[in-house]
Amino acid sequence: MDNRIEIRLSGSGGQGLILGGIILAEAAINEGNNAIQSQSYGPEARGGASKAEVIISREEIDFPKVDKADLLLAMTEVAYKKYIKSLKEGGILIADSSINVDAEDKAYKVLQVPIIATAAEKLGKAMVANIIALGVIQQVTEVVNKESLEAAVLNRVPRGTEELNKTALSEGYMLASSTF
Amino acid sequence: MSDRKVKLMQGNEACVEGALAAGMKFYAGYPITPSTEVAELCAQKLPLIGGKFIQMEDEIAGMAAIIGSSLAGLKSMTATSGPGFSLKQENIGYAALAEVPCVIVDVQRAGPSTGLPTAPSQGDIMQAKWGTHGDHPVIALSPSSVKETFDLTVKCFNLAEKYRTPVLLMLDEVVGHMREKIEIPNPDEIEIYNRIKPQEGDDSYKAYRVEEKEIVPRMAAFGEGFHFHVTGLMHDEFGFPTNDTDTSDKLIRRIMAKVSDNVDDIVIYEEKYMADAEYVVLAYGGTARSAISAVKKAREMGIKVGLFRAVTIWPFPEKQIRELAGKVKKFIVPEMNLGQYVLEVERVVAGRAEVISLGKANGEVITPDEILSKIKEVL
Repeated sequence: MDNRIEIRLSGSGGQGLILGGIILAEAAINEGNNAIQSQSYGPEARGGASKAEVIISREEIDFPKVDKADLLLAMTEVAYKKYIKSLKEGGILIADSSINVDAEDKAYKVLQVPIIATAAEKLGKAMVANIIALGVIQQVTEVVNKESLEAAVLNRVPRGTEELNKTALSEGYMLASSTF
Repeated sequence: MSDRKVKLMQGNEACVEGALAAGMKFYAGYPITPSTEVAELCAQKLPLIGGKFIQMEDEIAGMAAIIGSSLAGLKSMTATSGPGFSLKQENIGYAALAEVPCVIVDVQRAGPSTGLPTAPSQGDIMQAKWGTHGDHPVIALSPSSVKETFDLTVKCFNLAEKYRTPVLLMLDEVVGHMREKIEIPNPDEIEIYNRIKPQEGDDSYKAYRVEEKEIVPRMAAFGEGFHFHVTGLMHDEFGFPTNDTDTSDKLIRRIMAKVSDNVDDIVIYEEKYMADAEYVVLAYGGTARSAISAVKKAREMGIKVGLFRAVTIWPFPEKQIRELAGKVKKFIVPEMNLGQYVLEVERVVAGRAEVISLGKANGEVITPDEILSKIKEVL
């Protein structure tokens, strides 16, 4: 892991991105690193643009906000268009397959995978798309290890959904490795 | 300490944990973004320890209820944001004159009015000092991290109890809503101050008489056998209203002196890279994190700049700033408003150094790069 990695999770309200950010930060802390999670959202509870930010660092974190992200997760086209410019040159874009990614833009690495479709169709639960996305991020960045990520997921999800969420993580790992 | 709990925690959550550690037993309020988590967690946690949570009909009632519960002997807190802070002002003044210890949390969001409900601000800094009418003592602390939110919430309760006055925790949305690592201290590591009560059965007890060598009147709780009167009018030692100018003069000077005579006990500040600094960034709350980041970057470029962080924002760290003013060339004051705290810096610096305001009030945080550019610009 680099000294400091900045991740932006973007999509629409209700997709569980803030929870995703919390889980990722907790996994990092469990490994003894520093982490900060913050978010911005509109006044509405669902819909609207939503983003969660996570900074993971071996050192103390001063400024708690993400400016140029090392990694951008985009779960909706609106979020992709809004935040792609805030991705660092040479950064990583993880985009859901439903998004029309500008193929011309080679300034960053693109990984496009069916996160939402896998959740809704293969697992039959659209709500675990955020957990699948965490699996993808883990495989691509290794910013946290699998054990601490799974522990952090299980610590945060409702009782009775543990197996579903473990499966979702595995699906994420597979989506990432099948593409890279 | 290996047995301390390490957790990822939100600022607002750390505020509640700090309040509980300090002995809070009562919360009343009217939930408002971005302070809502404070109310939510108090609602969850207070009943479990025999405390009380009441969601009131409005903001001023929330303030009134914590004054009542404090007079009944409970450590009490309310939380709000700008619009609610405005509405609470009348009763904050009441608590100041009636000398009722309580803690008011203001998680600042962009204003004026309902403004930008989910966006950060430090726009209530002058309101914290002058929001309620009349001369009144003010103690306000502003944390920059989740851990410090825990510590300063404890401190707010201690200061409220010690000086019998409302104490303000001026959070901002940045610190209130972010989650970061915190090590929760063990209860035996936390210093707690409890109000001094009269001796049981003390027939000579007067509710507003200060005993020799004490700072504030001893505070009986309603229901413990003492009969006394509490009012927002000027009052005598019994607590009864008076129009007498001498009594009023003594009272107003006494309550002001609680803070002005004890500034050294109340003022907390932090200095970084100040030993050889020619320029100083003076910041507080969430903005101080951008400031230290900018200072570190500037130091890498060889610029002799340091950070002065006001942790206690009221009373103003006057002595420290006056001293600095004779040493440094320029002060840069970044804050998420269009220049409030900078006015106080200018007053104390009094022309002995240049004071530069870096204000922003559009709902965005001030970034380290913005502060760094300002530093380079004014060199």
